[in-house]
Order: sequence, then C-alpha cells, then structure tokens
Amino acid sequence: MTITTLLAWVVAAVTFGTVIMYGCLGETLNERAGGLNLGTPGIMMLGGIASLTGAYFYETSTTNPNAFISVIISLVCCVVVSALGGLLYGLLTITFRANQNVTGLTLTIFGTGIANFFGGSLVKLSGGLGQISVSMTSNAFKATIPFISKRLGIFSNLLFNYGWLTYLALALAIVLHLFFFKTRTGLNLRAVGENPATADASGIDVIKYKYLACCLGAAISGMGGLFYVMDYAKGTWANDSGIETLGWLAVALVIFTSWKPKNATWGAYLFGFCYWIYLYVPTPVNVFLMKTFGLNKSTYLQNLYKMIPYLVTIIVLVLVSAKKRHHDRAPESLGVAYFREER
Amino acid sequence: MTQREPLYRITKNDSRSFLSAALIRFSCIVLALLVSALFIFSITKLNPINVYISMFKGAFGTKRRIWITIRDAALLLMIALGLAPAFKMRFWNTGAEGQVLVGGLATATIMIGYGNKIPTALLLVIMLVVSMVAGAIWGFLPAYFKAKYNTNETLFTLMMNYVAIQLVEFFVDVWDKKESHSVGIINANNNAGWFPAIANQQYLLNVIIVAAVIVFVYLYLSYSKHGYEIAVTGESENTARYAGINVSTVIIRTMLLSGAICGLAGFVEVAGISHTISKQTAGGRGFTAIIVSWLAKLSPIVMVFFSLFIVFLDKGAIQIASDFNLNEYASNIITGILLFFILASEFFVNYDVHFGKRGKQV
Amino acid sequence: MEKESAVELRNISKSFGKVIANDNVSFDINKYEILALLGENGSGKTTIMNMLAGIYYPDSGQISVNGKVVSISDPKVAYELGIGMVHQHYKLIDVFTAYENIVLGLKEKNKDARKEILDICLKYGFEIDLDMHVYEMSVSQKQTLEIVKVLYRGAEILILDEPTSVLTPQEIAKLFNVIRNMRDDGKAIVIISHKLNEVLDISNKVVVLRKGKFIAEVDTSKTDERQLTELMVGEKIELDIHRDEPIDLIKRLEVKNLTVLNEEGRKALDDVSFEAFGGEILGIAGISGCGQKELLEAVAGLQQIEPGASIIYTSPENTEEELVGKSPRQIRELGVHLSFVPEDRLGMGLVGNMGMIENMMLKDYSTGHGLFVQTKAPKSLASTVKTELSVDTPSLNTPVRRLSGGNVQKVLVGREISLAPTVLMTAYAVRGLDINTSYTIYNLLNTQKKKGVAVIYVGEDLDVLLALCDRILILCSGKVNGIVDARNTNKEEIGLLMTNLKGGN
Repeated sequence: MTITTLLAWVVAAVTFGTVIMYGCLGETLNERAGGLNLGTPGIMMLGGIASLTGAYFYETSTTNPNAFISVIISLVCCVVVSALGGLLYGLLTITFRANQNVTGLTLTIFGTGIANFFGGSLVKLSGGLGQISVSMTSNAFKATIPFISKRLGIFSNLLFNYGWLTYLALALAIVLHLFFFKTRTGLNLRAVGENPATADASGIDVIKYKYLACCLGAAISGMGGLFYVMDYAKGTWANDSGIETLGWLAVALVIFTSWKPKNATWGAYLFGFCYWIYLYVPTPVNVFLMKTFGLNKSTYLQNLYKMIPYLVTIIVLVLVSAKKRHHDRAPESLGVAYFREER
Repeated sequence: MTQREPLYRITKNDSRSFLSAALIRFSCIVLALLVSALFIFSITKLNPINVYISMFKGAFGTKRRIWITIRDAALLLMIALGLAPAFKMRFWNTGAEGQVLVGGLATATIMIGYGNKIPTALLLVIMLVVSMVAGAIWGFLPAYFKAKYNTNETLFTLMMNYVAIQLVEFFVDVWDKKESHSVGIINANNNAGWFPAIANQQYLLNVIIVAAVIVFVYLYLSYSKHGYEIAVTGESENTARYAGINVSTVIIRTMLLSGAICGLAGFVEVAGISHTISKQTAGGRGFTAIIVSWLAKLSPIVMVFFSLFIVFLDKGAIQIASDFNLNEYASNIITGILLFFILASEFFVNYDVHFGKRGKQV
Repeated sequence: MEKESAVELRNISKSFGKVIANDNVSFDINKYEILALLGENGSGKTTIMNMLAGIYYPDSGQISVNGKVVSISDPKVAYELGIGMVHQHYKLIDVFTAYENIVLGLKEKNKDARKEILDICLKYGFEIDLDMHVYEMSVSQKQTLEIVKVLYRGAEILILDEPTSVLTPQEIAKLFNVIRNMRDDGKAIVIISHKLNEVLDISNKVVVLRKGKFIAEVDTSKTDERQLTELMVGEKIELDIHRDEPIDLIKRLEVKNLTVLNEEGRKALDDVSFEAFGGEILGIAGISGCGQKELLEAVAGLQQIEPGASIIYTSPENTEEELVGKSPRQIRELGVHLSFVPEDRLGMGLVGNMGMIENMMLKDYSTGHGLFVQTKAPKSLASTVKTELSVDTPSLNTPVRRLSGGNVQKVLVGREISLAPTVLMTAYAVRGLDINTSYTIYNLLNTQKKKGVAVIYVGEDLDVLLALCDRILILCSGKVNGIVDARNTNKEEIGLLMTNLKGGN
C-alpha cells in the first residue's frame, strides 16, 4: 500500500468518523440522561436537509451571498430543526411516556421521510441529481485552518487538512467529557440517567434535564448530518441511506465508548476506517479470496468487505457485554420513562 | 414561600373502560389525520378532502389495487407476527429487515439453482423450509449472545440487517451476468418457483399462508407451554429461573421462531410477489412491522387492522404523490405523523391529566 | 414549655386511582420532639410523609411550615423549607461517591463542603468515608450517608422511613443515639415505623394511622404496646406466636461446605454447613445481604455452586439424594420448595402481569402431555387459595400486580403449600404485611411444621424469629456464625452474632 492510498484512507475515515462522532456525542448526551434515541439516524437526516435547505435558499435568493452568513444560516437551520426532532422525541417519551424504542424507530422513518421529501424537491428545483449547488457554503465549511495546514508537508495533509467542523467535533468531545465528569450540572445530568427518582428527591428538575439533554443531544447529532452534506457530499443531496447508515453506527459507538465522550475521539475514526476498508484491501488478499470463492471480479468481494464495520460493531457489542465493571455500564435507567407518582 | 400550585397533575388510571379507551384512540387518529391534512395542504395547497379521496382510490380504487393492498398488508402482517414472540419476551428484535432479506435470498438461491430441475410444488416446499432456516439463523446469533452475555440485542439485530444487505448485494453481483447490478425477474420464462394462482387469484396463496401464521402465532402465544414460558421470561427472568424455566433455551428458541417467520415472509415476498431479489426486497417493512406489532400490543387480530391501515396510508400517499407530482417520501411523513399520535394516545388511555385548581380546598 | 410546631398538616387527602391512601389526616410535628408515625403497612404513613417531601402532591388539604401555608410542589421546595426525608429504599446513586451523592442537585459550588460535611458527622457522631462509592457500602453505611445528606442540606425537619428495618440491634442503638442528639439540637423528627418496642423506646409522641385515616395521637410516656396495637389494628389481637415443641424430628437436608460466588466474584456464601429437620422451623438471621438469598437459592438449584459442596436430601422414603448438580425442576419434584419473597415482591415467585390462575401453574405448567397448557387444575387451585386464605381480588384473572402486598403474599404462600412440600423455604414472608396477615402466615408455617415439613424461615424481625423458630442459624458475611436454640437466646446475642464474626476469621 502506497503512502498516497493510506493517506486517502485516513482522509475518508476522518470524514465519516466525524459524521459518526457528532451523532455519537449527541446520543451520548441523551443517553446519559436516560433516553435511548433510536431516532438518531432520522435526526441526522433532518440536520442534513435543514442545513442544505437553509444554505440553498440563502445562496439562490441573494445576489452577493456572504460565506460567513451562509455558514451561520445553515448551522442555525441544522441545529434548530434537529433540536425540534429531539423535542418531538422528548415530548413522546418523557411527557407521554411512550416506548423509547418504538418512538425512536418512528422518528427515523419520519426524519428520513422529511429529509428525502424535501431533498427530492430541492433536487427537482435545482435541475437534477447532484445539482444542488451550495458550493459557497460547502467550501466555507471545508475551509481548513490557514497557514498550519500547508507547512508541514505530509503531516499537514494527515492532521490539518480537514474542514474546521472536524476539529470542532473533537473539541466538543473533550468539552462534553469535562462537562459530564467535572461539573456539577454534569453530575446532576448523570444522576438523572442513573436514578431519576433519587435525582428528583435531591431537588434536580428531572424533566427539564431530560428535555434539555434530548434537544441539545439531537442538535449535536444533527451536526453529523450537516457535516455529511456539506463536507462529504459537497453541498448536494442524494436520496440514499448514507446518513442513516452512519447514524446507526453512531448509536452503536455510544456503547463502544462506554458512554464516555473522550473514547469517541478515537472510536469514531476507527469506525470510519472500518467503513472504508473495502476500498483498501490489499491485492493479494483479493486474489486469494477470488480463488477461494471462484469469483472472476474483485469488485464482488467489496460487497463482503462492506460488512466489516457491522461485524466489528457486533463483536464490540459482545465484548462490551462480557465485561461487568461498574463504571463502564449503561446508565441505570436507560430506556425507562420516569413518573414521580409511580407506585 | 410561594403559593403556586402545579399547572397540571398526572395520575395513573388503571381502570379505564374499553369504550372510553377506544374513544381516546379514535380521537387521536382523527387528530393525526387533521395534522396530516394540514401538512398536505401546506405543501400542495389542495383540498385535503380531495387528497384523502385520492388516497382511498389509490389503495382501494380498483379490484387489482385492493388485491395489492391486501397482498402488502399480508406481508407486513406476517413480519409483525414474526416479531410478536420476541417482543412478548421483551427481546427487541430490530432485525426483521435482515431476517426477511436472508429468507428471500435463500428462496432466490433455490429458485435460480433448481428452477428447471424440480417441479414447482416441490420447489415451493424446499424454498419454504430453506427460507425459514435462513431467517432462523439470523435470529439465532443475537439470541445466543443475549442468552450467554446479555449482549444488547437491539443494536446486534440492527447490525445484522446490514450484514444481510451486503450478503444480498454480493449474490446479486455474482448472479447478475449483465453488469446491471440486478438479477432481474427470476425464471421469467417458465415461472418456476412462483406462487401459483389459486381460484384465479394471484395472491390468494400469500393470504392463506399469512392466515395460517396468524392462527399459529395466536395459539402459540396464548395457549401453548412455550407461550407461557415466553410470557414468564419476558416478565422477569428471575421468576422464570425460579419456575424451572431454562431462560437461555427460551430466548434462543423464541428467536429461532421469530427469525423463521420473518424468513418465511422473505419467501412470500420473493416467490409470491416480486420474483426477484435485491437489497430493497424487505423495503423497510422490518421496521414498520416493529411499530405494528408494538402498537397492537402483540395481539394478532389488532395487528391485522394496523397492517391494513399502514399499507392503506402508504398506498394512498404514493397515489397522491403521483397525482400531485410530489415524491413518494410523502408517505413516510404521513405514516410518521400518524404513528406519533397513536403513540401519544396510549398516554391518555393510561393516565388522567388534571388541569388547574385542585378539588376541594379547606 | 409551650411546644413550638414545625409542621401543621390539615385535612390532607390523597388517592391513587381508586385507592385512597390518605383520608382527611391532620396532625402537628413539633421541634425538640421525636414523633413516631405508627401504622400497619398500607396505612398511608409513607404517603403522607412523601407529600411533605414533595414526592407526591396532596389532592386536598393544607400544609403549614413554621406557621406559613406552603405548597410543596416538588422535592426542591421541600429542601428550601428545611424538610428532609430518608426514604426506606435509599435514594442514592450506586456509581457515585458519598460526596457526590451529598452535593447532588445543589446549585452553588461550595469549597468548604467537605469540611462542613465532616463537621456535621463530628457533631452528631456519624462515621463516613466521602470518597467511597455507594456500591461498596453496607446498608448501615448507606443509611448514614442518607442522613448526612439530608442534614447537609439544612434539614430542620427530618423524616426517617422505617430506619431500623435493616439494622442490627447494636446499629439501632447507635442510630437512636444520633437521633436523640438531633432532637436535643432542636430538630423536629418523624420516625415512620410499625415496630412497637422501638416506637416506645425512641419517641416522645405517637400518631397512629389506620387505612389512611388519622386514629389517635398519644404521649409515648402514657401508653403501652397493647394500646398501640389496638389503635393500629383496630381490634384486640393476640400478640404471642404459638409455638409447639418439635416432635419426630427427621433429618431432611444436610448441607456441607456450600460456597457460592456473587456476580463480582466475591464469596456470597462461604463454606456453609447445617442440617434442617422435618418437624421444626429453622430460622435464618443476618443483616441484609449476608447470603440469605443465595443460601435458599443454592438449595433450590438456582445458584452456581462452587465445587466441594454437597446438599443431601433425605426423602420420606428414606432415600438420599444429592441436590448439587440437579436442575431447579428436579429439586422441586423431590419436594423441596422455595417460596421466595424477594425485596420487590413480584420480582420472583409470581408474575405480576398474570392473574391468580396463571400464577398457580408457574411451577407445574409443563406437566401433562401435549403442547398446550392445562388450565383446569390451576383454576380450581386458585379458587381454593382464594377462599381458604381469603385473598381479596376482583377476579381470578386480575393481574396480581394490582393486588395489595398481603394478598400477593397469600397467593404465593398458598401455592407453595398446595404443592405438599417436604422442605419449605421462605424469605421475608411477612415483609410488607399487616399484623393479621402476618399471623395468618405464621400459623400456616406452624401447621406445616406439625405436618412434619422442614421449614426454613429467613426473617428480619428478630422478635418474630425468636418467637416462631426452634433453632436460629445466624449468617454473617456469608458464613455460619452460630446456630442457637431459639428458646435459650436473646436479641443481643443474635445481634452480636450478626455483626461480629467469630473465630478470628
């Protein structure tokens, strides 16, 4: 494997890793407060389409669009719409105490529907697939850190050549980690997720914390969708399942990280590597497998290689479940609705 | 100290009458249709009544459409039925999608491999068995690890969906000789392995199979010893152990069954409906079925209504999409809105909300 | 001295669905006073205190604190008013440290928090390790933590819900000293209890509730056990448990070198050996979590047993069977029955969402041929149990979850006895029951003893253990710390055996 291919692999892994990281961080925040949101993929779809729609209408309606404003508009659209998705989830599971799994799955169906519905319409509006051009916004999001990104040769390419949202995700992971484990509010939030009755009796507003966690969590997850659309898809929309798939991996990553954001900083990239592995399998392996299976084309094998991220996730799930340390467990009340006057 | 009283209070209501519960659920559905109408109106600026009529025509407008609606509802119902034993055990099988796919894949394999060599009747029996075995294997893996290590089954089964998708993609590529990334209609020339028309109805066999599954699942869950074990295990694993039930066996056995029924649905889809295989074969039904099964509280009879209802919405939404030049994802949105309202309605069935001042104040 | 009231409760009512928990209850809680809130389980003691703590909100009525009418809409308001409650099921977070639990939910970061907490401990005589995780703590350490937590939040009105139920006599004495210290410091203290001797020992004033209603308020110095019992139960009852001398003792179980590991790999049972005889009641005492549960479960085949152990069962036909290695079902078919009543009542033994009929067949649903369950026999058994033990249920199909604790217990014990056991094991059989039902259960156990059944009774109330059992085995940290003759011992001796491991182990 040449250094160039390796570099390409790293870049691809970091890109998808960042999408997964945002999704995972948002969902971690939610799960720390006791909410298991299987609607995360749907929320990421919502975030993606909202950022795109916002940028599209700004870029097409203004004669001299300003890159900074377009970034702000698309960020705000993404965060607000994703948070609304989280609010819907919160309303149903916190206030109406509906089953979290079913609500989450419905939200994914709903979010995917909304995103592809409007995405499809946008594609139509702009005249065909791959044609929504919010190139300016996309480029603004892909802007690298000046100076440093050019000066260090190969290291620059490896470490500093990504859009600024990549570094924001890393910073967010650290901030969330400190928030959970170093601040009083973080302590309260974890208490809500562990044992809401205790938190309630200690004077913590359980409902408020749960709502804030699921709305803010959704907003963060939604950023994963934005990153996918703006950075990976370069400001276009395709009605495929790209974001949804990464969304499920993000939910799985939460377990992998033992609900600790600091572990997401490397776990997400690991998932990213696994995702792209199918393009970088060394030729001898391909040849060997082709012979074994009696295939005449190596591209067939790619279908099998694409299983790797999911198989890895499964193996991780099994390994995580086999260990039983107190501090690596899921929040105690995860998935359970809280009602103070329950008897 | 402030004198404020809580804005509203919530109390549990365990004893609501059937009628009052039905009324609440019905009003929630009406409300949902109103909100959907608002959505449709804001997008299309069309009279929602016309739109609903259009939806109804889409689902039941012609005899053929009625049959297609029944056919699709039957398929969705079958998957929901397959999920019921797992859910009764509180095992979150989100892997129906993959179980259906591998069932379909197994069916397609037999169809392609033996289509010309074995008479269709025998072929159908073989495909039925093989599809169930394939689905059962997909159900077995997460169940085994759940039983052994208590591995999170929700995500395990979910990931198995993607493994199934890639497996299907692999075989589609291998079988496809024209680089079109599709296998096309299998045995289009001789219809080998296709469901035969019964009494001139192309899809009657599908309905018969599903009817058999309904009866089976109903009896199995409500009256059999296995069903009793599933109920006890789902309620409390400790109680199950105390009762002498081997919890691991029950988990694995139940998931083998759950996966097998979903695999069977794959067989019905491939041999009885599409006569092809692709990663779209399950088409999201595995997820919709979860919701059907849950909302019906695992009652097979209620599931019949829910599957019909959801397929009606789906067909209707596709119809309005084509009538009014929208894209087909409108159906996901309308289905989503409806499901949200039904989910919320359960709260109002189980709890009372009191607003404002308390009763007597001394 | 004129009493200074801290809390006035006036005409408080609260219901849950159709169940009326409190009906027009009024009384005062005073400073410099320990008030005992006495009543049977289900009399509404905890509910009314939960309304003070902001957990529940009253349907009607008025609460005043320090002379001002207040509306305690949530626990935060209760804290602001200086009301602190130590719940029966501790409200602590397992993965947090003691310190984190204490400061949980408090707004401002207080640099001196640690020092202030230690000052409180010093003042009242608590011992606490602030950096210990709750999951590492013993029950009494957790209770100490709960009380310190409440005091740190400035509680002047302290409510303790059944604080002694899991403590040894020595720990109770220590706790009562602390409580007296707090009273003398001017705090208003409420102790919820149903144990008369403790109420008489610690309180200044007793308020009695029955079926949600206020019954009486008496000065502790002017009352006695008989009067309080009558007030509590509403009728005169015989408080002595009738105990026959054991006759025709036949060895049924011989347990040797039984060791069981818990989830964390520590020894839950450590080299336990004992014998149980038909025709006697063997009591098992110990502070909670000392291996009682594991012991019964191990005999019933529900635990993984370490090698080297043997449990020999002698059948009525005088054949000997090794139980280790047999499945729960095989053990049961030999006649060894576990009527386990766990902490949450429905967690094991009964299925909450099933009715009486379906619960009756829990253990023998698999008998008989065919794929389907037989409902005839369980149906008739269910109606027999319902009539004979007067189970109060709307129908035989009503989920047992909806029944009261006492009725749930009757269903469970009724089923176990119907299976004609030779060994009957019960754990906490009367927990949560009213006095009359408790005595029904004691009588049932005595009847079984007379029939020649080997009864093993795990209990927490030492008075009952002393009065009911023939021999008492004391478990301490998973080891047998003594087997005493119940007729020739006392609470103090048992209490010491519960806490101090003999023989330099």
